[in-house]
Amino acid sequence: MKAVPPVKMKKEKTVPTEEIWTLRLYVAGQTQKSITAFANLKIICEEHLAGKYRIEVIDLLKNPQLAKGDQIVAIPTLVRKLPEPLKRIIGDLADTERVIVGLDIRPV
Amino acid sequence: MVKKKHDVDVLEKCPSGISGLDEITKGGLPKGRPTLICGSAGSGKTLFAMEFLIRGAREFGEPGVFMTFEETPKDLAKNTNSLGFDLIGMESRGLIATDFVRIDRNEIEETGEYDLEGLFIRLGSAIDSIGAKRVVLDTIEALFSGLSNTAILRAELRRLFHWLKDRGVTAIITAERGDTTLTRYGLEEYVADCVILLDFRIEGQISTRRLRIIKYRGSSHGADEYPFLIDERGVSILPITSLGLDYPVSEERISTGVSKLDTMFGGKGFFRGSTVLVSGTAGTGKTSLAATFADAACRRGEHSLYFAFEESPRQIIRNMSSIGMNLARWVKKDLLRFHSARPSLYGLEMHLVAFHKAIEEFKPQVFILDPISNLVNAGTASEVKSILTRLIDYLKMKQISTFLTDLTHFGGGLERTSEEISSLIDTWILLRDIELKGERNRSIYIVKSRGMYHSNQIQEFLLTDRGIGLIDIYTGSGEALTGSARVAQEAGEKASAMASRLKLESSLRGQNIKRKAMEAKIVALRADFQAESEELYMTTEEERKRQAVLAQDRLQMGHRRKGKSSAALAKRQKKKNERRAK
Repeated sequence: MKAVPPVKMKKEKTVPTEEIWTLRLYVAGQTQKSITAFANLKIICEEHLAGKYRIEVIDLLKNPQLAKGDQIVAIPTLVRKLPEPLKRIIGDLADTERVIVGLDIRPV
Repeated sequence: MVKKKHDVDVLEKCPSGISGLDEITKGGLPKGRPTLICGSAGSGKTLFAMEFLIRGAREFGEPGVFMTFEETPKDLAKNTNSLGFDLIGMESRGLIATDFVRIDRNEIEETGEYDLEGLFIRLGSAIDSIGAKRVVLDTIEALFSGLSNTAILRAELRRLFHWLKDRGVTAIITAERGDTTLTRYGLEEYVADCVILLDFRIEGQISTRRLRIIKYRGSSHGADEYPFLIDERGVSILPITSLGLDYPVSEERISTGVSKLDTMFGGKGFFRGSTVLVSGTAGTGKTSLAATFADAACRRGEHSLYFAFEESPRQIIRNMSSIGMNLARWVKKDLLRFHSARPSLYGLEMHLVAFHKAIEEFKPQVFILDPISNLVNAGTASEVKSILTRLIDYLKMKQISTFLTDLTHFGGGLERTSEEISSLIDTWILLRDIELKGERNRSIYIVKSRGMYHSNQIQEFLLTDRGIGLIDIYTGSGEALTGSARVAQEAGEKASAMASRLKLESSLRGQNIKRKAMEAKIVALRADFQAESEELYMTTEEERKRQAVLAQDRLQMGHRRKGKSSAALAKRQKKKNERRAK
């Protein structure tokens, strides 16, 4: 696990097709769980979706009204907005296998 | 974000606005603390919680947040609409905020550590958006079926209830009842301030909802099971057992509606606020008497509430018009209200709640229950007695004059059913049939009437086209007669009285004639006598004249014979005659 910049928006645009994965990570402040989750997500994405993913980090402490729209209960929650269908993964994403299954990432 | 609220010495209460609940809890739910409402499916938890929020927003100026885990906002609005609450309208006015939390296990993958901060944020944001003072979480246990890590869930729920307390909101958390525990997931461990259990039981195909306060930390509360009702106006609970015998009494007397019956009560009628029972077999005129009493109350401008268990209101109005009573006009003026229901429609306690509710709404001065005997169909005799005791206590407390009718059965003792509740009754009137000489007639008498003069006479009870009439029963010549026997007896007596009067009159007339005859005779005799004495006088006068003439003649003859001497004689004779003439 390596240190990553904490909560921030990160966009990676390399392939301009529908192949771009839009992932949204909901956090509430810079808690240990949120930081861990972001770090784990980054590793998984770089490994399996390099160049075709986009991560939005949403801090619900700043935008609490956004929690209702995506039915957020647990923190942290990762939402796969694209490609459809929508998928949710909760927790600090420590179990890489389950994240891959949950996000339905097929090995390249 | 989280502000610690200072602890209070005296437990503050938050009025729920739910009819009856605030009486049982002596003021409402614990203010600023969570209350757990548990019950099986369909026991009314959601409606209960929803009414708490809506009444809070409407009546106490406390906006509320409804967080639902089971129903979509659309369904929720539809369900509350059926209770007459406009949820969507209240939401748009910022009085209520709803949030539907949907957790589907199939859509969620759990990987590692998490917390429920998202839920806290949503709730906090909803509370802040309208400045909510009340919160409902319905049913938070849905989290357990959506998320598998119960260790996290339990820790987070414990945190949530603390958080709610810190926010100072009065919260209701609903939960399903477990097999052996109060709630399926043991939420009562966390929400320890107030726990209310809702129950929904079916006995003899009749369902009854009941409520019980299992615990209320720091407050006394009613400990019994209280029946409650959910209808188109929401939830109402009956705080039944909190009644005592220290109600006020009135000296005022009110008319029974039948002047002759008033006379039987010393000319004044019943005491206001007393309980009157009229018992009798079928067709003795109980309903007519009850309706007359209601009619009299309406004439005084009082409100009458009429619970009919046998007839529909229209039928009663029609039937009463046959004895010259126009009840429809009172209904139109809203002085008279009918409630008709089959006794078997719901359980006894539900009936009690229904009475209670109707009385609270209409605030009548006169309450009529016709007949109480039909309530037995909805429960056992002892249950009926207990219900009636509560009802009568309640009515007495409210100073409402109560008129109960009771159908007794042929064969059994006339007083049988009524004896069981006799001790509750202040005035007991018995209507009974008297069968005599091939006909059936109604009669009325007073069995008892506490605290007033009452007649011991049996009166004949007549239903005429001008209302109820009472007639003294014929009690002459050592027997009591009613109906046509009485009429015949009275006619016979009249005839014989007439005959003897005629006889007397005629002998009086005879006597008169005799007297007249006698007087006439007296007159005739007197006339006779008069005539006779007149004649006698005439005779004597003639005789005197004749004597005088004779003496004259004799004197003249003497003159002619002796000269002077005859003159002197004549002079003497003349003087003598003159003296006599005088």
